[in-house]
Amino acid sequence: MSLSTDAEQQVFAPADSLLRFATAGAVDDGKSTLIGRLLHDSRSLLADQLEMLELAGKERGDEVLDLAMVTDGLRAEREQGITIDVAHRYFETARRAFIIADTPGHAQYTRNMVTGASTADLAIVLVDARNGLTEQSRRHAVLAGLLRVPRLVLAVNKMDLVGYDQGVFDEITAEFARFTDELELRDVAAIPISALRGDNVVHRSAEMPWYDGPALLEHLEQVHIDDDRSAGDFRLPVQYVIRAQGQDYRGYAGQISGGRVHEGAEVLHLPSGLRTRVTSVDTADGALAEARAPQSVSVRLADEIDVGRGDLLCAPDAAPAAATELSVRVCWMSAKSALRPGARLLLKHTTRTVKAVVTEVHHQVDVTTLRRDPARELGLNDIGEVGLRLAQPVFCDPYERNRLTGGGLLIDESTHATVGAVMITEAR
Amino acid sequence: MPAEPALSRLDILESEALHLIREVAAEFDRPTLLFSGGKDSAVLLRLAEKAFWPAPIPFPVLHVDTGHNFDEVLEFRDRRAAELGVRLVVASVQDSIDAGRVVEQEGRGASRNRAQTVTLLDAIGEHRFDALFGGARRDEERARAKERMLSFRDAFGQWDPRNQRPELWNLYNGLISPGENVRAFPLSNWTERDIWTYIDQDGVELPGLYFAHRRKVFERDGMYLADNPFVHRDPDEPLVEKSVRFRTIGDMTCTGAVPSTAATVAEVIAEIAATKVTERGQTRADDRASAASMEDRKREGYF
Repeated sequence: MSLSTDAEQQVFAPADSLLRFATAGAVDDGKSTLIGRLLHDSRSLLADQLEMLELAGKERGDEVLDLAMVTDGLRAEREQGITIDVAHRYFETARRAFIIADTPGHAQYTRNMVTGASTADLAIVLVDARNGLTEQSRRHAVLAGLLRVPRLVLAVNKMDLVGYDQGVFDEITAEFARFTDELELRDVAAIPISALRGDNVVHRSAEMPWYDGPALLEHLEQVHIDDDRSAGDFRLPVQYVIRAQGQDYRGYAGQISGGRVHEGAEVLHLPSGLRTRVTSVDTADGALAEARAPQSVSVRLADEIDVGRGDLLCAPDAAPAAATELSVRVCWMSAKSALRPGARLLLKHTTRTVKAVVTEVHHQVDVTTLRRDPARELGLNDIGEVGLRLAQPVFCDPYERNRLTGGGLLIDESTHATVGAVMITEAR
Repeated sequence: MPAEPALSRLDILESEALHLIREVAAEFDRPTLLFSGGKDSAVLLRLAEKAFWPAPIPFPVLHVDTGHNFDEVLEFRDRRAAELGVRLVVASVQDSIDAGRVVEQEGRGASRNRAQTVTLLDAIGEHRFDALFGGARRDEERARAKERMLSFRDAFGQWDPRNQRPELWNLYNGLISPGENVRAFPLSNWTERDIWTYIDQDGVELPGLYFAHRRKVFERDGMYLADNPFVHRDPDEPLVEKSVRFRTIGDMTCTGAVPSTAATVAEVIAEIAATKVTERGQTRADDRASAASMEDRKREGYF
């Protein structure tokens, strides 16, 4: 094996935009095959990876290349042919770079879908054309909606097994549209594919002349990534105070989690409620005239205010709530204990970690029908609405306004396990 | 008004990395950064420099020295640490062997790679490190693709891939008990090309081994190994002098060179863009041992 140095060498012109997407599908919907197909047909798999696939296939007596093997990274996954945990894959085309959060389909791994979706710009929900919408597909769409993933693709897979029938596709998309109306999903595309055969994954298929939309990869390359984060109100959770001895430097470092900030901007400091001005927005590469989410910067302020980790700098006319009472949507992630009123936990929110107690469980959300059912407690993978009382205020927005200042983790104080994902709905 | 250009992917990846580096520095008492002198750790060190600028990096760097390293890399390691004014801690595999903590492998494919884990865990215990930054990338290897950005390790340094802490949004749960540690991987989402593009854009200095140079090598299992005193060379493995460069740099016993004439960063980037083989597949003999060799080493405490 050697590096190619011949004429086919291409000029390296990497796509500059980045799309993060999560894939969701039930166990046998072909999710791993789809990812394998995307990587294979976009020529993102290299010779040694293909060799390894072929070798593994031969050992198992497979006749065709099993693309699903590309993604299953753990021994147990390969042995059992299932995906246990989120894996991240990377590939790029001439137009764009992609990060795939490959999330398992088993119901017991809902927490992993939540994990993958929390940072995704787009979610692909994979459905087996033969089965139509199952409880799992509904669950995945609901989770994408709850986590406010801005864009969704319904990929109707295994079209080859239903004779590439337009009627099947139309029926599934219509049912999906009725269902997602309630989810407030803004941008939904439906694409008929066969991951196994490669129809409409990277290349448009000749088998489905009735479909005139883009292949999946074309859609992923073209979908508009709007700057949701930098369009909102300015928020900078203070992460770290940088002081340089002998230089009289005092900067407040953090990742901007909403909006933008510029030199000279007036900002409000929480919890003090004092207003001051930004004298400079610094990076190691020089000061910036303006910075926006999600840039990591360090800002200096005109006045000497006592600012530390866990504080927040924000737009003075659009401050978030400083709240000690929260109503939150929770995805409970612990198998060892249930979430019950009276439970004492830690809430990690932006750069602040505070003690929290569960005041009440309002209801549980049936994630296949969106119905609110009365509940006394939440078990593993349940999603519901609960009340929290905090020992100290957090500076927060509703999750639907800002995924970063509206989201949080629940941590078990004694085991230190992350036991819940929190989306703030109301704060006071 | 012209549309505002979106942040470039390197801007986004850099921001994400700075955020994680600062989180760990803020939440842990005794962090350290694993610095091997390789390209990923050179980028990682640059990011750490940027995260605290204009203050110095507030933690030491740690090198697990197998004793089989290239001289050029050790020189680079010492010089960069001195230039940045960071304390360099060297943990030596030879010391672990001398102390009877590990038994050295013998034979044709012998490597100190597994022994590194013992030395690393000993160093963690001795210096009471509670957080270790590593330059690992998820695109390197499929067990790494399963790794969290902030990865919990128990008191034995073990990774349990079935029981990882969910990571949501930009929140990392860094709570641990005494004796436990975390591994932080700020470069998780970077690809080999991102690393090289950043090296180019930011002028990150690297050891000369990464660029084409003439060297005495011998061929083994389709790879060129550098002539070195630590590998027993068979009579049917003749030395040849070739123009080569290294795509990854690790232990001399298991790091292969590739034939190359790429002498500049731009030429290396062009070469990588055209390659048909992954970095690890091409140059890491130890990962070829079995489909799960990386997973096994990580479970034991390797980073």
